[in-house]
Amino acid sequence: MTRIIVGPFNRVEGDLELALDVTDGVVREARVSANLYRGFEQILIGRPSEDALVIAPRICGICSVSQSLAVAAMLRAAQSVTPAPNGLLLTNIAHAAENIADHLTHFYVFFMPDFARPCYAGRPWFEATEARFKATVGTGARTALPARAGLLEIMGIIAGKWPHSLAFRAGGVAHAPELSEKVRLFAILARFRAFLEQSLFGAPLEAVTALQSAADLDAFVGREGRSGDFASFVKIARDLSLEAMGRGPGLMMSGGAYLGAQGHHFPAGLFDARKSALRDFSLADVREDVAHSFMRESDPEPAKAQTFPALDREGAYSFAKAPRLLGEPVEVGALARQAVAGHPLIRELIARAGASNVFARVVARLLEIALLTQAAEAWANAIELKEKFCVADAPAQDGPALGCIEAARGMLGHWATLREDRYTAYQIVAPTTWNFSPRCAAGRPGPLESALEGQEVGDDGAASAAVQHIVRSFDPCMVCTAH
Amino acid sequence: MSALESGAAGWFAELRAFGIELIWHPSVSEATGGEVLAILDRVERGALRLDALVVEGSVLCGPDGTGRFNTLSGSGRSLLDWISSLAPLADYCIAVGSCAAFGGIPAAAPDPTDARGLQYRARETGGALGPDYRSRAGLPVINISGCAPHPGWIMETLQALSLGLFSRADMDSFGRPKLFADHLAHHGCSRNEFYEFKASAEEFFERGCLMEHLGCKATQAVGDCNQRAWNGSGSCTHSGSTCIACTSPGFEAATGFMHTPKVAGIPVGLPLDMPKAWFVALAALSKSATPKRVSENARSDRIERAPEPGAEKKT
Repeated sequence: MTRIIVGPFNRVEGDLELALDVTDGVVREARVSANLYRGFEQILIGRPSEDALVIAPRICGICSVSQSLAVAAMLRAAQSVTPAPNGLLLTNIAHAAENIADHLTHFYVFFMPDFARPCYAGRPWFEATEARFKATVGTGARTALPARAGLLEIMGIIAGKWPHSLAFRAGGVAHAPELSEKVRLFAILARFRAFLEQSLFGAPLEAVTALQSAADLDAFVGREGRSGDFASFVKIARDLSLEAMGRGPGLMMSGGAYLGAQGHHFPAGLFDARKSALRDFSLADVREDVAHSFMRESDPEPAKAQTFPALDREGAYSFAKAPRLLGEPVEVGALARQAVAGHPLIRELIARAGASNVFARVVARLLEIALLTQAAEAWANAIELKEKFCVADAPAQDGPALGCIEAARGMLGHWATLREDRYTAYQIVAPTTWNFSPRCAAGRPGPLESALEGQEVGDDGAASAAVQHIVRSFDPCMVCTAH
Repeated sequence: MSALESGAAGWFAELRAFGIELIWHPSVSEATGGEVLAILDRVERGALRLDALVVEGSVLCGPDGTGRFNTLSGSGRSLLDWISSLAPLADYCIAVGSCAAFGGIPAAAPDPTDARGLQYRARETGGALGPDYRSRAGLPVINISGCAPHPGWIMETLQALSLGLFSRADMDSFGRPKLFADHLAHHGCSRNEFYEFKASAEEFFERGCLMEHLGCKATQAVGDCNQRAWNGSGSCTHSGSTCIACTSPGFEAATGFMHTPKVAGIPVGLPLDMPKAWFVALAALSKSATPKRVSENARSDRIERAPEPGAEKKT
């Protein structure tokens, strides 16, 4: 057996280190380390409840609105306030903009450039892929980055700026838009739709969101959408069998995304990929294990736990804790969200491989870009300029409060406990804490760790492109992971 | 990630237009793993010229000065160690964001990781590189503070450097580029009329001035925040986000960011260079002269009373 260390790991948000135990060119065991700890949970203890709106978003420059919204949801629970429906619409539009921007950055800047690496020279698709996706010089980013910046102009209207805004509150948003701002939202979304239909999909969004099966997808990339970057990806994925790569652990979870007056736009739920079926679940069953984390033992219940680093802990290899649901590791993200929501194409892509996989993860993100652009158009249309956009705060009650939302990368939970408006406990369980968790006390690896097991790396070792694809297929946000 | 918003043809084209070549950037470069370590090794050996070292994020010096709260994976070395090694080799050393400049939010009490800026620890020159650090071009660390800084501040500083248009005289006493630090966040605030009349919001969603009750520090914080658009058209104060002085060293030390601390009803933090007696006298005077339109709108989430041509004459 040889132990290979992979790092620095770039084109992800933050940095991570992999330790791969390889025998006969096959990964037998993988360990993933989060190697940054800043202590946000420690910083929140003792502060007034409202200060979390300032502190928590600054965990991350790429999921900042998600962090704000998890705080807002937690404060909403603590204050028992009912948000203004209009405020939820604007919140959802801003959140969709951040999540679409993240999916887009992942595709054009983080994930696709790996197929333009010299190791793929000679493949029939290589030259076109290199021209389009080569890191920092490909033509794809030349159109996608300005489109992303244009989409994020939504933040100028709703949030004031991105990242790190104080506009998102328990009761809605702090700024009531005027007619000109509502009209500008339409204009921004129309420009963004044009980019998607021209470049990413090469076809109307409606043709993308209507895909019901793998056969539909095949037909789409061969005909209507053949000129899009999506089609290029699907062809590469077929050639490299990305469907057989990076199998997930089985359970996939969503905390429910885009809250409206009638509930979540994408529902909360737990999907078992092994049985292709939904299962009952409760967030009360979430526990965090620190057996292999650089963390002192604490209460495994997030609402009661305290975070204190312990660098010399024996057997520890990551600053991330190991969240488990009834003892099981769980995958989160766009794929989990759409599997839980029951999207037929996504369900089929998982069923066909018997597990979540690299291909399905990327397809789910691109599908969400289309679904969310349509949803944002509908939300913008539903804004009632004459109605309220926010209700006032109410005093926060003593006791535990949970705020759970879906970030681009999956479920984000803030478990807080308050006494006289001050935090006595605060635990953040971020999407990549789930996906890139270390082993737990029972020795069960986290989702990425098990996804790498059995992967052939041949003589490439640390330079294996497959390892890069598998890691990036989860779109990890390492700065959120251990925070 | 805010810099990715720069440029009509994307950030990469914008950098190239000014002849700026990225040796390596963790979010966007192709090189990974051993390839990166090889690049860094060439820089350390002097085989690869380093015009500018750009650092994001606080330097975590803990525990006990080891820097082990943040290691560069695959290298077995802390970021503290890497930065200490690379900074003396760079013509210019640039801190992007208040974390890298002054320590920022991770340095907030109880400062779990001994988080510092490159040259500063809050307002003191107790940063990771020490007070005497100078880059090869003879400059202290250039602090593009802000949380997050405007992408324009980042790009314009880099572009000015590449054009040879940036010197010590272009930095303020905290090392911040004057191109944004010569202004106050308050300048150009869309709530200016409410400020003039001390017509204040009491709820965060109201349109009035945020200074008297809601913690706004825009009259004390540097930045041209309200003179250039954020994300096309925005600014913090325009959207109802009170200014938390994120460009200032030590901004993280506040608690109750969204409430104005007061003594005897007078805000403790007055405009940067305004004598207290003057402020109190002017505030009393302007409050007594506030037009109805302004006082009504200040306490509303929308414009309840629009300016009417000739209305002032009628009343």
